[in-house]
Amino acid sequence: MNLADKKRLLREMLFARRFEERCYEAYVERKIGGFLHLYSGEEACAHGVLEASKKGHDYVITSYRDHVHAIKCGADPKKVMAELYAKETGSSKGRGGSMHIFDVEHRFMGGYALVGGPFPLAAGMAKAIKMKGGDEIVICFLGDAANNQGTFHESLNMAKLWDLPVLYVCENNLYGIGTRIDRSTAVIDQYKRVSGYNIPSAQEDGQDIEKVFKAAKKAINHVRSGKGPYFLELMTYRYRGHSMSDSNAYRSKSEERMWSNRDPIIMLRDRLIEAGELTGEDYKAMDTEVLDEIEDEVIAFAESSPEPRVDELEKYTLAENDPWVYGGGR
Amino acid sequence: MAELMYWEAIRRAHDEEMTNDPLVICMGEDIGVAGGTYKATNGLYDKYGPERVIDTPISENGYTGLGIGASFLGVRPIIEIMSVNFAWLAMDQLFNSAAKVRYMSGGQLTAPVVVRSAGGTAHQLGAQHSARMEKVFMSIAGLRVVTPSNPRQAYGLLKSAVRCNDPVYINEHELMYNMKGEVPDEEYFHPLVGSEVAREGRDVTLFGYNISVHWCLQAAETLSKQYGIEAEVIDLFALAPLDRAGIVASVRKTHRAVIAEEAEPAVGVGAEVMAIINEECFFELDAAPVRVSAVNVPIPYNHTLEKAAIPNAGDVVAAVRKMLGK
Repeated sequence: MNLADKKRLLREMLFARRFEERCYEAYVERKIGGFLHLYSGEEACAHGVLEASKKGHDYVITSYRDHVHAIKCGADPKKVMAELYAKETGSSKGRGGSMHIFDVEHRFMGGYALVGGPFPLAAGMAKAIKMKGGDEIVICFLGDAANNQGTFHESLNMAKLWDLPVLYVCENNLYGIGTRIDRSTAVIDQYKRVSGYNIPSAQEDGQDIEKVFKAAKKAINHVRSGKGPYFLELMTYRYRGHSMSDSNAYRSKSEERMWSNRDPIIMLRDRLIEAGELTGEDYKAMDTEVLDEIEDEVIAFAESSPEPRVDELEKYTLAENDPWVYGGGR
Repeated sequence: MAELMYWEAIRRAHDEEMTNDPLVICMGEDIGVAGGTYKATNGLYDKYGPERVIDTPISENGYTGLGIGASFLGVRPIIEIMSVNFAWLAMDQLFNSAAKVRYMSGGQLTAPVVVRSAGGTAHQLGAQHSARMEKVFMSIAGLRVVTPSNPRQAYGLLKSAVRCNDPVYINEHELMYNMKGEVPDEEYFHPLVGSEVAREGRDVTLFGYNISVHWCLQAAETLSKQYGIEAEVIDLFALAPLDRAGIVASVRKTHRAVIAEEAEPAVGVGAEVMAIINEECFFELDAAPVRVSAVNVPIPYNHTLEKAAIPNAGDVVAAVRKMLGK
């Protein structure tokens, strides 16, 4: 990772942070409905791992905290925001919402609301890749609490049994909604849980993007070389509650302070300043530019976009004009 | 036209589709080396190998989800869930992933999987091996549900389901795998929508699907011979979507309807057909429609009790006689 990369990543992570904070405001203004799960604090996980992957080549899937992963994969932030605004121009045409961002063109295969839902879907995509003989891999980002669903065990077993090219990234933010990990999970270190399936794994600091990148490179090389699945646990923290309806009263101020002192964006910024590659002024200018872009382009696009048409309510339920529904038209 | 058994027809459809398209695979418990509990995939493991005929662990939700994920990238999985009772475990992936992904992605992703399963009450299999779940599947938007009543349908419906771009659930029956019937020698694709007139009649319409079509046909013979009643039998091979037009056309002709279903009455096929009749042709009825359904109990092990819980052709005859006062 060279200096230019680090500067770009700093801007990307800052953009992600500001994007999520702007979502918060729009939610309070009731421009965004439903559930909204924000990624602030965890930026180095998605950015570090996906920086180590082949963009537009590898497939990515995650759960409902999905805006930032989609954008890092190449989804247009304007379309992501328009989706949150429930507009026809949204990435899922306003039918999905915050938890269901999709951008198949950029191989972002979706956000899913059942926490363990993507485990087997990721293994299945990996099965398809293996059948077709490509060198793509599947990267599946899920939270620590998802590991208590049956799909975790069922999927890891099959992924190893058939040596499928899938990297499972566990973003361990220590809470399943409002329940702290030691109150829900018998084994705290998630990377240890996969040894029962003979899958290699590692645990890394999820706040330091350089460490994440390095650990992800190793993991991705393993998976791409045909050796089967890998499990990477990243220790991280979400600044907001689980969703906007979460009062976030279950965490102590001292714990929150401890994590905000290890903010992934500030850590990278300070490192660049220390190296003489960036000044505080540069950073401020970058921030202003990001804020302007979000306001002038992203929000403006979402605001001005049309709503879906009610006469298209049933569109996308089933395939349209599929000849095989009618016996192949023979 | 050759006579095939129901399982042979399903096996032939698998074989042809796997030959036609190298991305068609089949997966499930014991379907490979062992050839399948009902032999529906017998011999395919040797022919196509372990990469395409996959013996899965007993992880219904896991392997169903794996098949769905593979279908995102163009693979066409035929997933066998050995018994429909185990399909409860796969509901999350079937309903939350397969049925909804097209809609919630705004049409970007589809899950063209086929899930086949043996349902119904067989011989003393007890409460946890006798479920009839078609009514659960047919209520989910984004999922097609078909249910073959004979080998021709079993063959042709599977062929079309594999090629169709929607997820399709195929409801088979434990007791029907050895049933014989004619299947066209040439390749045949059965429509996934509509209904079939299994017997023409004028006095009453008997609606059935899967095994209850046979109760209706048997009842129609008895009604004709012993009571001079000519019953029309409609085979509802497609449960989702139901053939609204076909249901209405027959009731407009006979003005009477009896629906025979092996499942419990609540929220079922019979209830849905009655609702359609009420909505579309209430004023053309000469009698209130009647359901012949199972008793709402967990299926008992004791054979006498089991038989008492499930309707049969005699119950259909009795319902029609009561309706017509004969």
